[in-house]
Amino acid sequence: MLLKRFGLRLLVLLSVLALIAAACGGDSDDEATDDTTPTEADDVEESTDDEADAGAEEPEGSDDADVGAVDGEPVAGGTLLMQSTQVPRHLNGTVQSGYATAVPGTQLNASPLLFDEEFNPQPYLAESWEVAEDGLSVTLNLVDGAVFHDGEAITSEDVAFSITTARDNHPFQTMFAPVASVDTPDDLTAIINLSEPHPAILLAMSPGLLPIIPEHVYNDGQDIKEHPCNAGTECFVGSGPFQLVEYEAGSIIRMQAFEDFFIPERPYLEEIIIEITPDPATIVLGMENGTTDLTATMGSAANILRLQDNEDVIVTADGHEAIGQVQWLEFNLSDPALSDVNVRQAIADAIDREFLADVIDQGTTFPVSTGIVTASPFHNPDAEQYGGGVEMAQQRLADAGVDPASISLAVDYIPPAQLPYAEYVVQVLQDIGFDASVNTVPDFPTWAARVSGGEHQMTINNVWNWGDPVIGVHRTYLSTNNVGVIWTNNTGYNNPEVDDLLTQAGAEFDRDARAALYADFQVQVNEDVPIVFLTTPPFWQAYQPKVQNPPVGIWGHMSPMHDVWLSE
Amino acid sequence: MRRIAVRIAQSLGLILAVVVLNFTLITLAPGDAAVVIAGESGAGDPEILEEIRQEYGLDDPFVVQLVRYVGNVVRGDLGDSYFFEEPVTGLIADRLWPTILLVGTALIFAIVIGVLIGVFTARRPESPVSHGVTVFSLVGYSMPVFWTGLLLIIVFASQFQLLPVSGMRDPRFEGNRVQAWLDVAQHLVLPALTLGLIYLAQYSRLSRASMLEVLQSDYVRTARAKGLSERIVVYKHALRNAVIPVVTVAGLQFGALISGALLVETVFNWPGLGRLAADAVFRRDAPVLLGVLLASATLVILVNLLTDVVYRIIDPRIRVGGASG
Repeated sequence: MLLKRFGLRLLVLLSVLALIAAACGGDSDDEATDDTTPTEADDVEESTDDEADAGAEEPEGSDDADVGAVDGEPVAGGTLLMQSTQVPRHLNGTVQSGYATAVPGTQLNASPLLFDEEFNPQPYLAESWEVAEDGLSVTLNLVDGAVFHDGEAITSEDVAFSITTARDNHPFQTMFAPVASVDTPDDLTAIINLSEPHPAILLAMSPGLLPIIPEHVYNDGQDIKEHPCNAGTECFVGSGPFQLVEYEAGSIIRMQAFEDFFIPERPYLEEIIIEITPDPATIVLGMENGTTDLTATMGSAANILRLQDNEDVIVTADGHEAIGQVQWLEFNLSDPALSDVNVRQAIADAIDREFLADVIDQGTTFPVSTGIVTASPFHNPDAEQYGGGVEMAQQRLADAGVDPASISLAVDYIPPAQLPYAEYVVQVLQDIGFDASVNTVPDFPTWAARVSGGEHQMTINNVWNWGDPVIGVHRTYLSTNNVGVIWTNNTGYNNPEVDDLLTQAGAEFDRDARAALYADFQVQVNEDVPIVFLTTPPFWQAYQPKVQNPPVGIWGHMSPMHDVWLSE
Repeated sequence: MRRIAVRIAQSLGLILAVVVLNFTLITLAPGDAAVVIAGESGAGDPEILEEIRQEYGLDDPFVVQLVRYVGNVVRGDLGDSYFFEEPVTGLIADRLWPTILLVGTALIFAIVIGVLIGVFTARRPESPVSHGVTVFSLVGYSMPVFWTGLLLIIVFASQFQLLPVSGMRDPRFEGNRVQAWLDVAQHLVLPALTLGLIYLAQYSRLSRASMLEVLQSDYVRTARAKGLSERIVVYKHALRNAVIPVVTVAGLQFGALISGALLVETVFNWPGLGRLAADAVFRRDAPVLLGVLLASATLVILVNLLTDVVYRIIDPRIRVGGASG
């Protein structure tokens, strides 16, 4: 009897607790969806799940009215706490690409130029610059009085050293490949001599791509890729608005305002802390609690939508336009079935980009029809877009005499974030009539090995434009860049006409003429369909309302935050 | 003493076996480390891949790589991380202390509270509290550790905001050493509770069953007949025997506890070995993964060795008879 009465009490108690838990946990559905621990791809050059290029459209849910709003006069001081899933290998951006290095790197090191919202260069460490009429040299005039964090003057020799270091070591070899030499007639003048006209060199002098590093620290005979001063507080010496005071690999980066920064009365912030947090859901909780000030790595669409519903947090797709993330389906053209352009065009016909953006990504991405994102001045909206539907695909195959039932196709993807895309593509392939399946691999390295080794048939991929097509676009299509490494020409695409167009565009200083060449390039690629372009995910970022002058420029968080201040 | 020396020698042999086995399994796993390393840099070409293979000795025969690795480990050199390009020993040293703190706190919490609950419920086995503890134990045992962590975060960190969401310390913290420790302690509550709850449930059940058995034994009846107080009988005479199975199981389960820490550290962004291992797996950073496996295996072996020692202290029969160990 006693036991029975106790059981009843317990039942009532549990029911009450369940009700309380249900009432308190209103957002738990969102939280329990597809949040994942970061994949390998999160840590390398091109993340798969949370960032990217903002298209021309303003996404729903973006708190655009508040973006960049400035409340009152700037106030100096305060600590900005950022959380990021991205883990930098080290902090030397002259030899290491990627968001993870560039975010702290652009606080620690200055670059010659900044860029406005129209992708036009603006003064930074170079107070002025001049491109020679023949396009074969660029002269930089440096700010007088700029010093490194150890007090040594920043001179043209440091600029020359940084450029040649990046040219010889940075993974994006196209950035400075035409640099023949750098002359330094005086301490404040650097003349970059080019072997051929190279318009991309201006954007390549952005903060995230060309940090100015001290020659007196790094030019000591050691291999700069493994130099002990690439990370760690013992000997890291920067040129930017903040100096490194704490670095724990994969855990925390603490930076304090540099008092002798060359821009007077900047930075406003006293300190920036980047806390590496592998789980995006934890970051979202930090934003909700108000403990985290700023983030651009929120993970899944569910997390973004959840924060959009929070009136105390500003969520925006503004910023990072230069990154230009594109998610696509790429074919291995050495595969017998996929070497047939009719098969590739049929697959492009059947894929519904709107469905991917609106349903799978819940409106947090946009359809994209070429390999150059819509925010770029070189995007061509008139290139063939396909998307006519499954019936059109079937008709195209029938006209070409291809029997899809006789063809087996497997779709790879970067695990785990791109699985929904892969499953969708498999469904489309089956609808057309192919025998299709998803090829699941355990991790990013396995995927990278398969794709770079050409063992795949087709894969979902995610590649960044990196501002100028020479830097982020050419690498995928140039026939000379099929080098067996991920994020190069892994399709095996070889079209001499495209090679020629890219070569011409890469050397054309006139923007209109250059745009025309890239327009032709996009038309040609879309005819050949080595890749079906799917979506472009904006690089969503969230910040607390107290964050003023938030980093919403074309490089977003990969730009110096010397103008950011806190209103509380 | 001789027995313990033998156990130490056995432990060293076991660690060596772990090193060889781990290296073999990870080296034979699919995937080209050179491609991964090149990929981390963003790009490269076949010449770069070849350079990487030569630099890291990846093009050497497996046996050569194994002998070299074992030799380096014996000298205390665990190699450099493919990703961070830093010595693995430094990375592990940074992460070992947080893991020991987390696992140690969870273990002590689980044993102390679990045994107390077990004793309490064994003394009144049919009371409502005893049944409540049984239900609680069942629930605690059934809940996956990451799920418990998420629930605790939702309740204590998100809804009521009583405790921090994640991390080991407040990055913005400024204060003296004592305040710093309090800050760490505050961050430790939820992860240690999460990790400890599942073992608390087990230990309370185990000690309850053990205590019930011991309380029926002749020597306890004798103690009561001698007129000793119930508190002395239970906590001085019965508990010592009742706790032996708990110590045994705790030692055996330490490996599982480390595994649980991996999940907890990920959920709570606790900067320990578990998170380092998880990241290393995703990055195919073999030197770091091997180092973490070695460190955790050494910890488990050490704890088991300590368990043997403790076992001998609390159970004189083993000391005298040399019955097991």
